[in-house]
Amino acid sequence: MALLLAGVIGIMVACSAYLLLRGESFPVVLGLTLLSYAANLFLFASGGLALGGAPIIGAPGAGEVDPLPQALVLTAIVIGFGMIAFVLALVLRARGDLGSDRISEGQGRE
Amino acid sequence: MNDPLVIAPILIPLFAGALLLLAGPGMRRQRAIAGAAVAALLAVVLLLFADAAGGAVASYRLGDWPAPYGIVLVLDRLSALMLLLTAVLAIAALAYACAGGDAQGRHFHALFQFQLVGLNGAFLTGDLFNLFVFFELLLLASYALLLHGGGAARTRGALVYVVLNLAGSSLFLLGVALIYAALGTLNLADLTRVLSGAEAGAHGLVRAGALLLLLVFALKAAVLPLHFWLPRAYGRAAAPVAALFVIMTKVGVYAILRLFGMVLAEPGGAAGPVAGPWLFPAALLTLFAGALGLLASRGLREAVAYLVIVSVGTLLVGVVGFSEAGMAAALYYLVHTTLLTAGLFLLADLIAGQRGGDALQPGPAVRQSRLLGIAYLLGAMAIAGMPPLSGFAAKVLILSAVTAPAVAPWAWGAILLSSLLVIIALSRVGTLLFWHHSAGRRGGRAGALTLIPTLSLLAAGPLLVLFGESVSGYTQTAARQLIAPLDYMQAVLGPARESAP
Repeated sequence: MALLLAGVIGIMVACSAYLLLRGESFPVVLGLTLLSYAANLFLFASGGLALGGAPIIGAPGAGEVDPLPQALVLTAIVIGFGMIAFVLALVLRARGDLGSDRISEGQGRE
Repeated sequence: MNDPLVIAPILIPLFAGALLLLAGPGMRRQRAIAGAAVAALLAVVLLLFADAAGGAVASYRLGDWPAPYGIVLVLDRLSALMLLLTAVLAIAALAYACAGGDAQGRHFHALFQFQLVGLNGAFLTGDLFNLFVFFELLLLASYALLLHGGGAARTRGALVYVVLNLAGSSLFLLGVALIYAALGTLNLADLTRVLSGAEAGAHGLVRAGALLLLLVFALKAAVLPLHFWLPRAYGRAAAPVAALFVIMTKVGVYAILRLFGMVLAEPGGAAGPVAGPWLFPAALLTLFAGALGLLASRGLREAVAYLVIVSVGTLLVGVVGFSEAGMAAALYYLVHTTLLTAGLFLLADLIAGQRGGDALQPGPAVRQSRLLGIAYLLGAMAIAGMPPLSGFAAKVLILSAVTAPAVAPWAWGAILLSSLLVIIALSRVGTLLFWHHSAGRRGGRAGALTLIPTLSLLAAGPLLVLFGESVSGYTQTAARQLIAPLDYMQAVLGPARESAP
């Protein structure tokens, strides 16, 4: 399971790196979204992987899992979500202000 | 020790910001609320500063949860110094903005307060994950402040800045996750304690996580390969915003000091000096990139933005050995450079307004040329490091702290040569600004509300020399407290846990 999760996170990061290096705003936003998802998954896994455990000590049946990464990842998801929303708004505004979809400054210099 | 005053520097701007969002569009009311909040903030910070200067480390546990589990805020000498610096900058920037710049866009004052929440929180937090949260808070406010006033150039600069910092945030999370996976705690004091006893297997992960975090902090501090966003963003932001942003690169330096100077510097800790070999060449190259950029810059504000990069390079040369003398010198330099570059940003805006443009080409004469010329001369001399002003003292301290024979020739050569380049560039800029005239429309005279904050920030140049002994004495003790964090650990974890294995 650990290998599968690591592979999935790796592929997500690789895709996001590719997307981030494109110069247009839509791929860059997608890349940022993927990167933050990958980071969240990674953070989630940092407490160790276990199936069916409850994040509370003393739950009957299965053993418990570390609750702290779950709390951390919840915070990180909320923050990441807000940031992506902001960047989308900014990209739309940039499209209106600059009339182009490029992130980089090379050609469209004023 | 649960001192509730420690959380006040976060709560005051937070509530003021919320109140400002509700207060409606009336500029006079907004200015009154913002001014009162910043004044209250300064008063509280002065109180905390006086406490911390005595050597006590105060802490506040939210909800009184026991230490490594709950959220904890810690105030030691280093935090208190950064808080005071932030509050002073905030007052000056706010006063300057109230002269009219704040009315160019909506919600300037609320965003300004939220920016202060993030800054103060980042300086106070005693926990790696909350450092991330406060970083995001101050970044989100800064994204919006950067756009204040509008215009295509600002949007373009902000887009690059936002994308880079969002990628940086994800890297921050990855680094935090690695450290948590290896050590099972994120509390800085607890990390320090655990690291001195962690078994060798975990250290690879810790080192990888720490280097990822170094990358993120270097991005915030605008160290060489990661500095390209800064001149575009700062050079185009509104003047008071740029002046406040000067402290943001120092947040990166602060985080480097806190993590690598305190947490990972534990003498028995096998995580060892991970940052030094990477930071030192980067610092030297940053110095040159900044100085060359300064020589090549086409606008006055852009030139000051490159001065920020030069100052980050100089700071890191002092920091990089993580020795007590080096960090003390770097902290003195930090106070000097933050106040003066902020003052120069404001002055650049005044000069540009009176010449009718920011571009470095012959233009109409500056209206108050005598006053602004002397202010420019003072600021330029201090920032370039000419005696008898503060830059000279700061650079002498840094140079005399860097003594290791493998490092010293490089550091000395780089700092002295970059100082020469800065002097050449600044004298060229000054000649052009004040002596080369051409016909054109001039702006009006500057009022007291803009002049007083500018001149008082620039007055740091002579003042930091006059009170040099007490300032450098303070930074000395701050560095000592950082390097031997026993007080810090006791304040957070309590004396009982300290003796536990």
